[in-house]
Amino acid sequence: MPANRKFEVKALSRVEGEGALYVKFEGGQVDWVELNIYEPPRFFEAFLRGRKVREVPDITARICGICPVAYQMSSCHALEKALGIDPGPEIRRLRRLLYCGEWIESHTLHVYMLHAPDFLGYESAIHMAKDFRDLVQQGLQLKKVGNEIVSLLGGREIHPINVRVGGFYKPPTKADLLSLAERLKWARDAAMETVRWVAEFPFPDFEQDYEFVALSHPDEYPFNEGRIVSSKGLDIAMREFDEHFAEEQVPYSNALRSVIKTRGAYFVGPMARYNLNFDKLAPLAQETARAAGLDPECRNPFKSIIVRAVEVLHACVEALRMIDTYQAPEQSAVEVHPRLATGYGCTEAPRGILYHRYRINEQGVILDAKIVPPTSQNQKTIENDLWKFVPKYLDLPPDKLALQCEQAIRNYDPCISCATHFLKLKIERD
Amino acid sequence: MPKPKLAVFKFSSCDGCQLSLLDAEDELLAVADAVEIAYFLEARTREIAGPYDVGLVEGSITTAHDVARIKMIRRQCRFLVTIGACATAGGIQALKNWGNVQEFVRAVYATPDYINTLATSTPIADHVLVDFELRGCPINKMQLVELIAALLIGRRPWVPRHSVCVECKRRRAVCIAVAQGIPCLGPVTQAGCGAICPSFHRECYGCYGPKEQPNLVSLAGFYGDHGTAPRDLVQLIRNFNGYAPEFREASNAIERGDLSAGAAG
Repeated sequence: MPANRKFEVKALSRVEGEGALYVKFEGGQVDWVELNIYEPPRFFEAFLRGRKVREVPDITARICGICPVAYQMSSCHALEKALGIDPGPEIRRLRRLLYCGEWIESHTLHVYMLHAPDFLGYESAIHMAKDFRDLVQQGLQLKKVGNEIVSLLGGREIHPINVRVGGFYKPPTKADLLSLAERLKWARDAAMETVRWVAEFPFPDFEQDYEFVALSHPDEYPFNEGRIVSSKGLDIAMREFDEHFAEEQVPYSNALRSVIKTRGAYFVGPMARYNLNFDKLAPLAQETARAAGLDPECRNPFKSIIVRAVEVLHACVEALRMIDTYQAPEQSAVEVHPRLATGYGCTEAPRGILYHRYRINEQGVILDAKIVPPTSQNQKTIENDLWKFVPKYLDLPPDKLALQCEQAIRNYDPCISCATHFLKLKIERD
Repeated sequence: MPKPKLAVFKFSSCDGCQLSLLDAEDELLAVADAVEIAYFLEARTREIAGPYDVGLVEGSITTAHDVARIKMIRRQCRFLVTIGACATAGGIQALKNWGNVQEFVRAVYATPDYINTLATSTPIADHVLVDFELRGCPINKMQLVELIAALLIGRRPWVPRHSVCVECKRRRAVCIAVAQGIPCLGPVTQAGCGAICPSFHRECYGCYGPKEQPNLVSLAGFYGDHGTAPRDLVQLIRNFNGYAPEFREASNAIERGDLSAGAAG
């Protein structure tokens, strides 16, 4: 291979949203790596100003069609903090169940449709289905169970309509939820098989010293509550996020990149949650992970596919637990009385922590909004991985090397639509 | 005979409408048996070159590059179908079309020179001829499967243009506007969702955009007469499909004060 060359992947595939990769070599060394997110920004934080509290979860859902529940959850929690209300244990249980549905749906999409084809050498899950039809069907049905939970609680799979600040418009009955239980038991078994299946994939030997950042809760694997902690000693309340994290801008990307002010790049998502909260996983998920050879500590991002499968299993077990203990709440939603205040919310989207901050006034109108999605937090870590990863494969022909790099990016399940929703823009008249 | 070629293109959007194809869990493999999914970045690494029999377009036009790209795509597609509110009406990001450019400039971030964008978010049909529009925020995946099936055998897709009210009555939901006095967009919004919101005891907020010949003057007048403030009516209409012509004209008229109380008469 010539010592000086460059290569580009002009359109990354099997990721959500649009991005490109640019790598330049000089003297046989990697000289430059750019993850270029060219998906155009959409301005959410700007046009949320002036809208009413009640509309926010409907609007922020539209940032991402893959994880709308995450946006609704972070919005609701942040706004409820501002309003000083607590919707109570049954609403909390329903939200947890709803989030389980989204994790199952989103993770299974990634494991089966986007990531597994890399390991097995197919260009898509549809091509994989030609040889492994039953397996792909299993993945689709597992994903469908996640979608069924979201549909039952939210009204539909994408952009649910039933979530509101203070609770739900119409909570399900116990009988409604019990109708999901049989399917979830099947899903739990399918998730166990998924863990065993993906654990057998060949993984490149690639480990890094990451700073993992995730929520941590004293009693449970985190979804909606907890402190923000890291593997390098960070331990803060949600409202302290802005003091410890900053966003930086680079000329070649339409997404801001979040860094820890004192240390730089960090890593959010399933890998971070798993490493920081292994002991809070359902016992069945812990056992299945260990039996598949996945240690409680895992620093190889290519193995994130196993971690996602373990989290799907956990979400199935947790969903069954929520259904089992649920009693329909007396009140569908807590009443909202606007006041001048700021609220902070951070929840675990499938791809990692999703931070929202809102300032509202006495009329319940949004004065200011800030949203930091998981993919912008992982962006710098993705690039760091590529700096380290590319030199190991310099001898590969360009198309093979490009595929390897795409796979390294897909480890993060990047959601580019999310990452670029919020960039402040320069307006240029045509 | 080679299979018809399907392509999925994305512009400014949330990815939810193209995800609907992957969310058709029971139908996806059958669809893939019937058509060649030739270009679909979210699902497939390799790109098969055009021309394509059917192009599904998600997202709205927000950059100069988009304007050129949609024209190139149009030339490659026999049938061009827009999927979702962004592609058919500009989407929620079209709210910036009402923004004050000076105010936007003041909101500029650290290094605005790095970013290029148009001042507007516009629907695909403002730039090229569109053969069919599939509505919704998001689209209904069963309507998408119906659309693909119809195009395969060369008939027009069965997608009703009547209002959400019809679906609401069929579902036997209690009318939100009449029984609870909450302004609901059901009477002017195209069916397709199955009247989900009223059946969950809340108002329709217009995901499927204007129905055929909607009477917004009458509806807004009615809600105004019953105590809804003009500002609240504007926000109700100026939403995911707010830039669709009928909705846009109505919210602009209310803002100008042209829709006075009593217009329902």
